[in-house]
Amino acid sequence: MSEKFHHPRALVVAGLIAGLVLLPLYTQATGNAFALTLFTRIVILALAASSLNLILGYGGMMSFGHAAYLGIGGYAIGILADAGVTSGFVQWPIALGVSALFALVIGALCLRTRGVYFIMITLAFAQMIYYVASGLDSYGGDDGLTIYRRSSFAGLIDLSNKVQFYYLCLALLLASLFGLWRLVNARLGRVIQGVRSNERRMRAIGFPTYRYKLVCFVIAGTLCGLAGALLANHTDFVSPAMMYWTRSGDLIVMVVLGGMGSLFGPLMGAVALLVLEEALSRVTEYWQIILGPLLLLVVLFARGGIDGLLAEIRNRKSEIASHKS
Amino acid sequence: MLLFLEQCLNGLQFGLLLFLLAAGLTLVFGIMDLVNLAHGSLYMMGAYFAATFVERTGSFVLGSLLALLATLALGIALEMVALRRLYGREHLDHVLGTFGLILFFNELVRLVWGPAGLSLPLPAWLNTSVELIPGVAYPTYRIAIIAVALAVALLLYVVVMRTRVGMLIRAGASNREMVGALGIDIKLLYTLVFGLGAALAGLAGLLQAPILTVQIGMGENILILAFVVIVIGGIGSIRGALIAAVFVGLVDTVGRAFLPDLLRLVLSASAASTAAPALSSMLIYLLMAVVLVVRPAGLFPAPGR
Repeated sequence: MSEKFHHPRALVVAGLIAGLVLLPLYTQATGNAFALTLFTRIVILALAASSLNLILGYGGMMSFGHAAYLGIGGYAIGILADAGVTSGFVQWPIALGVSALFALVIGALCLRTRGVYFIMITLAFAQMIYYVASGLDSYGGDDGLTIYRRSSFAGLIDLSNKVQFYYLCLALLLASLFGLWRLVNARLGRVIQGVRSNERRMRAIGFPTYRYKLVCFVIAGTLCGLAGALLANHTDFVSPAMMYWTRSGDLIVMVVLGGMGSLFGPLMGAVALLVLEEALSRVTEYWQIILGPLLLLVVLFARGGIDGLLAEIRNRKSEIASHKS
Repeated sequence: MLLFLEQCLNGLQFGLLLFLLAAGLTLVFGIMDLVNLAHGSLYMMGAYFAATFVERTGSFVLGSLLALLATLALGIALEMVALRRLYGREHLDHVLGTFGLILFFNELVRLVWGPAGLSLPLPAWLNTSVELIPGVAYPTYRIAIIAVALAVALLLYVVVMRTRVGMLIRAGASNREMVGALGIDIKLLYTLVFGLGAALAGLAGLLQAPILTVQIGMGENILILAFVVIVIGGIGSIRGALIAAVFVGLVDTVGRAFLPDLLRLVLSASAASTAAPALSSMLIYLLMAVVLVVRPAGLFPAPGR
């Protein structure tokens, strides 16, 4: 490959991250507080989608109930805040621990099945948790629970400050992406990618695939619980709607739109989907009538998502270059 | 005891309605290997068509027939325009593409019929009740639903097991290349099967319309229930779908009715009244999880998959 052509993916990702880092400067200068709120949300959901990407994209485990961990992480914050515990040093480890525990139990049961059965049983567990949350009458039931005080970190960082909160979310996202990058290139990640392409062969070589898959499932659930804790702090509110099955669908859309099994794919997908939603909803009140068929078109004609398109641009360019030389 | 009987009948009626949905879903999955989340949208469209046509024609039966035909046509059009291209793809593609279709249909309904729900009033001759055993009156319309659904189940059995088309459908499910190689137009067969599934979903929607409000998103909750049914019954098996549907219908309805009282036996009154609604909503998901853990391919796995 010719060195002349930089990989378009690298350029897009670098531009995107630079844009995200510089965004508060722009919003401060223009006083556009809405953009900061929107992008805080995007960054949080990108974290959730990245966690799903670990099992869906790298591990080939099609979980249709990933939003449950958004809810679990969020409710852990909400319930603790309601009980008067607002210290983040207590709240956040509990939120992560509870998410991990749920993921361990759910994963241990679900990973016994495969294919469509796996899709359906993860969905069933998410629906169960949704109904449990709806039934929590002392915590608002269907209507949800308002969080009056955001998590406090002993004065180290003020989550009520929009810019500080945004940078916290962004830092956690980038740190998680770095961790995921290390993970998928380590033994664990290699094994689950092997399982994705041929599980029977991996087992024949002697890998206890069930255990590897379960570890990934728990890591993904925990990371999504972190996103849930951030989301609860962002909206100052938790409700069962956070984990309704269409929300799990949204997360899948972000992963596939960006590119499955690509490190930055879910980030690109989250930005694309939410910015598109925002833009379309300004054009017409009935924006989903455009978004729906658009998703179908992506499935039909752009299999690799945005990441795949970028890779294709590069291939075309290098083809042209090799013709010329 | 009488209440229990009534709740059992309600459960049976709900279960058979679920069967109508699940039968189409399991046929489409068993034969084309397509996970169709938009099946719930077809159910919703059936209900909206019925509410509209019944109002326009002034006749419940004629309006319902027109709605059935309209859903059939919609299903065939949907298959030819979009879903046909998804056959042979990964299940993830199906989930995503048909998820997009759900968004589309929900928004389309909001655009055409508005955000408020519609209602479909029953005609006087159906809005009565029958005395099943002395002292127990039961709505005629619910009995009519049970009768229609049982008739459809029987018809489906006869079509699939006793006719040439049914033979082709079964053959297509076990080996599509071979059926194609023998000179059968497999594309046409698939379109027909999808249309049949759509019509069944539409039928379920229009039957349910007079009982519930016709509204946006009505297809989504029941779609998940229908998936639970086919997963419990074993994907691709119509017999499994029938048994699982009735089972799920009974467990759900009877559970909702009697779980609060049962819980009160073991818990304090206040704890029981908080736990009961959530627990009864969870009951069928719990059932499904148990079935899948014990038998990962459902109760009646269709042969050859």
